[in-house]
Amino acid sequence: MIVETEGLTKRYGSTTVLNGLDLTVAEGAVLALLGPNGAGKTTTIRVLSTLTRPDGGTARVCGFDVVREGADVRGVISLTGQYAAVDEEQTGRENLVMIARLRRFARPAARARAVELLERFGLTDAADRRVRTYSGGMRRRLDLAMSLVARPRLLFLDEPTTGLDPVSRTTMWDAIGDLVRDGVTIFLTTQYLEEADRLADRIVVLHNGGVVADGTADALKNSVGGTRLDLVFSSAEDALRARDVVGGAVDGPTLSVPSDGSAVHLHRVLDDLLAARAGVLRVSAHRPTLDDVFTSLVLADATAMAGVTA
Amino acid sequence: MTASVTMIGRSIRLSRRNFDLVIMAIVLPVLMMALFVYVFGGAISTSVQSYVDYVVPGILVLCTGYGATSTAMSVTDDVQKGVVDRFRSMPISGFSVLTGHVVASVARNALATSAVVLVAVLMGFRPAATVGEWVLAMGLLLLYVLALSWLAAAFGVIARTVESASLLGFFMLFIPYLSSAFVPVATMPPWLRAVSEHQPITPVIETVRALLNGQPVTSGWLALAWSGGLLVVAFGWATWLFGRISRR
Ligand SMILES: Nc1ncnc2c1ncn2[C@@H]1O[C@H](COP(=O)(O)OP(=O)(O)OP(=O)(O)O)[C@@H](O)[C@H]1O
Ligand SMILES: [Mg+2]
Repeated sequence: MIVETEGLTKRYGSTTVLNGLDLTVAEGAVLALLGPNGAGKTTTIRVLSTLTRPDGGTARVCGFDVVREGADVRGVISLTGQYAAVDEEQTGRENLVMIARLRRFARPAARARAVELLERFGLTDAADRRVRTYSGGMRRRLDLAMSLVARPRLLFLDEPTTGLDPVSRTTMWDAIGDLVRDGVTIFLTTQYLEEADRLADRIVVLHNGGVVADGTADALKNSVGGTRLDLVFSSAEDALRARDVVGGAVDGPTLSVPSDGSAVHLHRVLDDLLAARAGVLRVSAHRPTLDDVFTSLVLADATAMAGVTA
Repeated sequence: MTASVTMIGRSIRLSRRNFDLVIMAIVLPVLMMALFVYVFGGAISTSVQSYVDYVVPGILVLCTGYGATSTAMSVTDDVQKGVVDRFRSMPISGFSVLTGHVVASVARNALATSAVVLVAVLMGFRPAATVGEWVLAMGLLLLYVLALSWLAAAFGVIARTVESASLLGFFMLFIPYLSSAFVPVATMPPWLRAVSEHQPITPVIETVRALLNGQPVTSGWLALAWSGGLLVVAFGWATWLFGRISRR
């Protein structure tokens, strides 16, 4: 296990941000940490990357304790925080060369590495401009490039693609893919569930200081329910009539019917509707998305909490 | 070691690009000197000539105050902006991040000192020092500036906002007036005189003044002890504080 936490707690004043967090990450995995704003995702990453001390519990990274063996931890990780940590008054190139030098690259190697990363993140044209003049997305790209200067064993990415255009996002995803093939473990947080779906082989949902769901994207989706058929009619009346035949829930001219996702079931629904002379205009099948998972988890948890306090 | 060199390069580049910082470091001390020599000089002393000779060491120490303030402010800025978070997550010592700031601070001060001495000479400053005395005077100033820069770095780490870091400037600019920088302590009321005679700046100024004007040095060891002691304490304090950022 490259990351192992046990009963990790962190408080800021009277707010308990992490409340006995237990989390393990296997080497080579891509873990996506999800959670609503303020769930403690950034705090978790800050504790694991030795930026913030936990108040209780233990956390080990590559077997090193984040509190007692911080220097060893820093030797194997790399971090892109939620907010760009770049020098505004240096150029993009200078920022990259600086990090490469700090990573013990010799001067020519540092320069070469900077050129390579500027190219990869589409910053070659802006390389010799001060970062102050960069757009938000350019700054973010530089920030990411800076954490990819050296190949770490564990890479923390806190909302790596927030604010990036689709092209840059794909660049980032490709870069992450390359690292994963190299055996780098990725620990990322994101608000884009599509991103988690695409990149992560394991998703952990954080809420109220603890883990509320943990598993592959598919497992999480299945936990919310199976496939749903959306049947669209020409009018709401038609939809209501169809509901009397096949069941389901109506929303305007749309009828949603739970399904097992099989062709046989779809056939039967359409045959029944045809017999009842309810004309279906369009049919679409939906797997639950991570958004559904997320919403149901967070809502369920909020209801449970309300129940406790009531 | 490479890390410290890289950080020094960074801080020097950043201060070169911060025009306000350069203005603050060089122009202000020069203006202060003109003010003292031409505006107060006549009232305080018998002749402009002798007052220039008297006041230059005081101005040099005053400019270390400006320098220290801008150092504290840039350290705070770094810590608050999150750049330091990146450095703190990397396998480099906190010592090297602060070393960058301190060395840049010393370099800015060296520039300011040269500017002040140059302008002073234009105003009639005629130091009687030998080359050896110049070296000793500048060496002592360097040690003092180094100590003060580490102290400023420590303040910079403590301060949560750049504005509160700039408060250091208030003290740094005030303290030299309670010393022999601008008027001999003999002219002060007894209680103030006691304070002035026993604060660290007075022996430093007295030693630099004696060296530059070719007079016998009386408080050299005291100046050295104060500066060296301050350096050791400030260095230890600053690096200790830096290590504690993670406890916030
Ligand atoms: N330095 C701090 N001082 C006080 N409270 C803090 C501090 N840092 C974080 N918090 C609090 O801790 C909680 C968790 O913050 P954190 O940044 O870890 O959330 P997050 O899951 O990353 O949220 P987001 O999705 O908005 O980035 C929040 O309630 C926040 O207000
Ligand atoms: Mg966050």
